[in-house]
Amino acid sequence: MPLVLPPSVLGFYLLIAFSPQHGVGKWLLQTFNIQFVFSFQGLVLASVIYSMPFMIGPIKSALQQLPASLAQASYTLGKTPRQTFLRVLLPNIKPSLLTAIVLTFAHTLGEFGVVLMIGGNIPNVTRVASIAVYDSVEGMDYAAANTYSLLLFCITFVLVIGVFIFNKAHAKSPLE
Amino acid sequence: MISIDIQKKLKAYSGQQWLKVNRDFADGSITKIYGPSGAGKTTFLKVIAGLVQPEKGIIKVDDRVWVDTASKITLSPQDRRTGFVFQDYALFPNMTVQQHLEYASNDARWIQKLLTIGKLETLATHKPLYLSGGQQQRLAILRALAIKPQILLMDEPFSALDAAMKAALISELKVLFNELKATVFIISHNPQELEGLCDEELMIDTEG
Repeated sequence: MPLVLPPSVLGFYLLIAFSPQHGVGKWLLQTFNIQFVFSFQGLVLASVIYSMPFMIGPIKSALQQLPASLAQASYTLGKTPRQTFLRVLLPNIKPSLLTAIVLTFAHTLGEFGVVLMIGGNIPNVTRVASIAVYDSVEGMDYAAANTYSLLLFCITFVLVIGVFIFNKAHAKSPLE
Repeated sequence: MISIDIQKKLKAYSGQQWLKVNRDFADGSITKIYGPSGAGKTTFLKVIAGLVQPEKGIIKVDDRVWVDTASKITLSPQDRRTGFVFQDYALFPNMTVQQHLEYASNDARWIQKLLTIGKLETLATHKPLYLSGGQQQRLAILRALAIKPQILLMDEPFSALDAAMKAALISELKVLFNELKATVFIISHNPQELEGLCDEELMIDTEG
């Protein structure tokens, strides 16, 4: 669902779910003294829920592209599915794994709707760069907006180029 | 004694076909399996290894039931521990030659012996990508042997080897099979390839 739901809708439902007034939020606050709404922890949790499908998709697809005989060979050597996953399958999707991690991270870095809903816009607590851009523009402070935007642009640019270079170095030529 | 009586449905362009095998194999025997393409030779090996389940049938190895569809008994591939040489080798791209064998066995002396037999000692630190087709095939054979299997299943294991290497390897393998007292099944399309190695034959053809 997080793939197709508008981020603000997902954020709204998470805000309701983790509200300390009732339900899960109330229980978490009373039992573990944890409050996810308008806190940094809540912001991280919401981002994980929102971004997880963007990570799972490429990893699942990479695993499906591995020949079935790799896992089968491992099973005939007496290895369990867990050992096979950790020692054979996972190491052989390293480029896809790295791509998924980096792109999901970059995607989360620029997240706006979910973060604003669950975290609010509390300076030094839950104000993230993407919200700060919006805030600065609203306050007509274009210099600050430009700084935040440039920062986000540079981080994501470096990450994407890094992944591109890593994958190119690991890609096999079709003529090999 | 390995007693096999199985029926497995196969998908084919011409519709549905059945792989039916009903035969006993003596312990320590080496059986050559042949038959037309698509007849189910590879599927037969995978049924023995537990990688594919038959629709009906029983497989017994020394009175231990591996499969009995009527009683819903199916031993996992891990419990059967058959050595399997895959047609596409199924080598692990992330592991070196040495690591392949160490993944299968902890016996350092046995690993060294296998490396010598397969003439891969000097390539022990190489990953499959940097091995020739013949070297990859030898590694696939060594990895299957590393677990000292009671049953060894080989799917066209010598197809990428030159004549001299094939002859040398076969003579070494004969000694090893004898030492391990392994029952061996080898799929081959080349009638001359296994001359003098196999003592039994199994023709596999489908039934519509």
